[in-house]
Amino acid sequence: MADLPKADELFKSINYTPPSTGWMDTPVDCSPGNWCYPAKADKLEYLGFPNPRQWSPADVDWKLPENWQDIVHQGFKERLDKYRSLKVFMDVCVRCGACADKCHFFIGSGDPKNMPVLRAELMRSVYRKDFTMAGKILTTLTGSRVMTEDVLKEWFIYFYQCTECRRCSLFCPYGIDTAEVTMMARELLHLCGVNINWIMEPVANCNRTGNHLGIQPHAFKDIVEFMVDDIEEITGKKLHVPMNEKGHEVIFITPSGDVFADPGIYTFMGYLMLFDHIGLDYTLSTYASEGGNFGLFTSADMMKKLNGKMYAEAKRLGAKWILGGECGHMWRVINQYMDTMNGPADFLQVPKSPITGTVFHSAAQTKMVHIAEFTADLMKHNKLKLDPTRNDHIRATFHDSCNPARAMGLLDEPRYVLNNVVKNFHEMPEQTIREQTFCCAGGSGLNTDEIMEIRMRGGLPRGNALKSVQEEHDVNMMACICAIDRATLIPLADYWAPGVDICGVHELVGNALILDGEKERETDLRMNPLPKKEE
Amino acid sequence: MNALYSLVLVFALVLLALFGVETAHMAKLFGIGLPLVAVAVFLVGFAYRMIKWAKSPVPFCIPTTGGQQKSLDFIHHNKFDNPVTPCQTFIRMFLEVCCFRSLFRNTKVALKDGKVTYASAKWLWLFSLLFHYSFLLIVIRHMRLFFEPIPACIGWVEMLDGIMQIGTPRMYMSDLLIIVGVAFLLARRLWDAKLRYISLVTDYFPLLLIIAIGLSGIYMRFIAKVDVMAIKQLTMGLVTFNPVIPANVDVSFYVHLLLVCTLLIYFPFSKLMHAGGIFLSPTRNMPNNSRIKHHENPWNDPNIKPHSYEAYEDDFREPMIEAGLPVDKEA
Repeated sequence: MADLPKADELFKSINYTPPSTGWMDTPVDCSPGNWCYPAKADKLEYLGFPNPRQWSPADVDWKLPENWQDIVHQGFKERLDKYRSLKVFMDVCVRCGACADKCHFFIGSGDPKNMPVLRAELMRSVYRKDFTMAGKILTTLTGSRVMTEDVLKEWFIYFYQCTECRRCSLFCPYGIDTAEVTMMARELLHLCGVNINWIMEPVANCNRTGNHLGIQPHAFKDIVEFMVDDIEEITGKKLHVPMNEKGHEVIFITPSGDVFADPGIYTFMGYLMLFDHIGLDYTLSTYASEGGNFGLFTSADMMKKLNGKMYAEAKRLGAKWILGGECGHMWRVINQYMDTMNGPADFLQVPKSPITGTVFHSAAQTKMVHIAEFTADLMKHNKLKLDPTRNDHIRATFHDSCNPARAMGLLDEPRYVLNNVVKNFHEMPEQTIREQTFCCAGGSGLNTDEIMEIRMRGGLPRGNALKSVQEEHDVNMMACICAIDRATLIPLADYWAPGVDICGVHELVGNALILDGEKERETDLRMNPLPKKEE
Repeated sequence: MNALYSLVLVFALVLLALFGVETAHMAKLFGIGLPLVAVAVFLVGFAYRMIKWAKSPVPFCIPTTGGQQKSLDFIHHNKFDNPVTPCQTFIRMFLEVCCFRSLFRNTKVALKDGKVTYASAKWLWLFSLLFHYSFLLIVIRHMRLFFEPIPACIGWVEMLDGIMQIGTPRMYMSDLLIIVGVAFLLARRLWDAKLRYISLVTDYFPLLLIIAIGLSGIYMRFIAKVDVMAIKQLTMGLVTFNPVIPANVDVSFYVHLLLVCTLLIYFPFSKLMHAGGIFLSPTRNMPNNSRIKHHENPWNDPNIKPHSYEAYEDDFREPMIEAGLPVDKEA
């Protein structure tokens, strides 16, 4: 972070004019800062991934397996046969360029290889050479090329500069989804042992300890108890939090980022206070203590393996349905993959709110409800005692997390919740919210410090939109529904819109909730003094 | 450079027809053999590509959603950007295919006064729409050459297309608009540095080819004033598999025909297959209902199981008991 340029200098360095050399002739820059640290050998060994070794992307020799070209070719062929999406997306792009300026990494860097169309062309060029007749014969005319070590290196650099946010897919006239292309490219890179530690270590942790941070069960319990103590200090109420207990109606699963670090823990405190307030019959689990699925960033098989814990634990504990916390890619996996991979979960029941009686038909198959839906329903039925004035020191805006926005459509539920607990709420510019939302630039396993400049560049569109509401409406808090956002938006806001804090939606709910028998509150969940109330 | 290669290629095709018919007297080859082959290649190739795509399964339900999901009763559901039923999905696809809806969203980014700005950019949408619909009208109008008697609807299309009644023979709007549309697409590709950077020969070639087809058609109609009845004799001969080469057909017709045949042959092997591919795009043609209904993955491997709770408890039993967490098996 030391050599990160100042925000205005970085802004001035952006140039959208492509280099004079063609993209196939522009060598890839593998200098430090352009990549995340490679996966440690012991993590790969533990997970059974190929080619564990010590290496650095800055080295000339990446210690690839001898037959790596065959491995990539075979892997490519296999995935073309398994996924229609990949096959169609390799063939139908007309390079109209509608996606070109939609990617946050392109907007902040001006690097043409960050245009989604060109990012996909890095892969398509090899596809044409290996799998199309014209590409085999008319190499340069059709834009095909041979898979060389330099091409593989280029894949590594640029497919790890894609956060799979799908913004480009929204604008593509054929719905070509770069997230899908990136996922396939990363799977192929994995086959050769080319991957990053910030993904593989969380995957290994999720597998063993149940959560990506590697928190062991007893430590998990300790952390929750700390939060219970904090809640007692703030509200005077000691909450009981069931863990790993059988026979409760609901199992609650949230990303472990909410348990571990600021400001996620305040969101977590909000969940606990809400459950106590409504008397929800629930339990947490240390075994299924991670909603975020880092397997999504490695391979379909690993995604399935990690995700399977949710249903397995719900079954073991005898819960009726699952309530899920605020998390971005967790909800992509739950909405678009979970029932297909891990279901059908016939041992569960269609979720029904025990407080309002609302049946969540929209979750009839997965049996899993998003907490924003759950809370919005409680509010609609006036089941919560709320004092929104406790959030009067907060002037909030809302960041739509990419996955719930573009792979689910969860847009109005969190807004409904926010509007019930915060009086000052302002939307960012319309091209940067809802389905057009911009990524935090740290998604899909890229929230690591060694690529801080890339992250800050990618964060420009979001940071800029935030700054505009900060200037116009004195916004000082950006709420979101994603644990990775809560981690990555903090440095982003410090850099592009200093003075704005980040919170989860349920932190603000927690502030506003009036618990039965609580003492008069003097601070919010962050232990900041509450604004003086008018008599 | 890529644009130049494509231009040379199109010129070569024009010369090929000129010499082939005028000098080498191969009218039969150009007027009968080639069109039959071209249509066959187009039909078989198109079907082959579609079947090839369709053979790969869609393991997961992965629509890109563009609006509010179906949720609680009091939250307004955006049915056409976030469909849950087949009917809603059909409408989404219809709007996509017929109105280019995703392209309608297009914005343009610029850096102004230290800020990123987004402006609406509907030019690509507008000109693509003009181009594609003009193309459709022209294809429908040309159908008069392949039917006897001519169906009434073709006559209506012709009448509407020429409703402005400019000049003799009457100018068709679609002739003008297709040239305007393609010229815009080409100019945009050449003008915008980003687009020029990503453009391949295969991007310029079809644009130039279609311009050449349009111009040769206009030349035939307004300058060479070709004998349409003679041409119809030829086309009807092709349709009835009873081919004839009438006299008095201007060479410009053979140029036009060769270019069209090239387009037909080129079509299934190129990006022009987006015309078929869009129907198979999983991010658009699926409802967002995977939380509501089961979606089957044909290759879902039942052997992939999570790290079991038993193994987890074995790993952490002592500390769990110490912390007072319930365990399934006592130490």
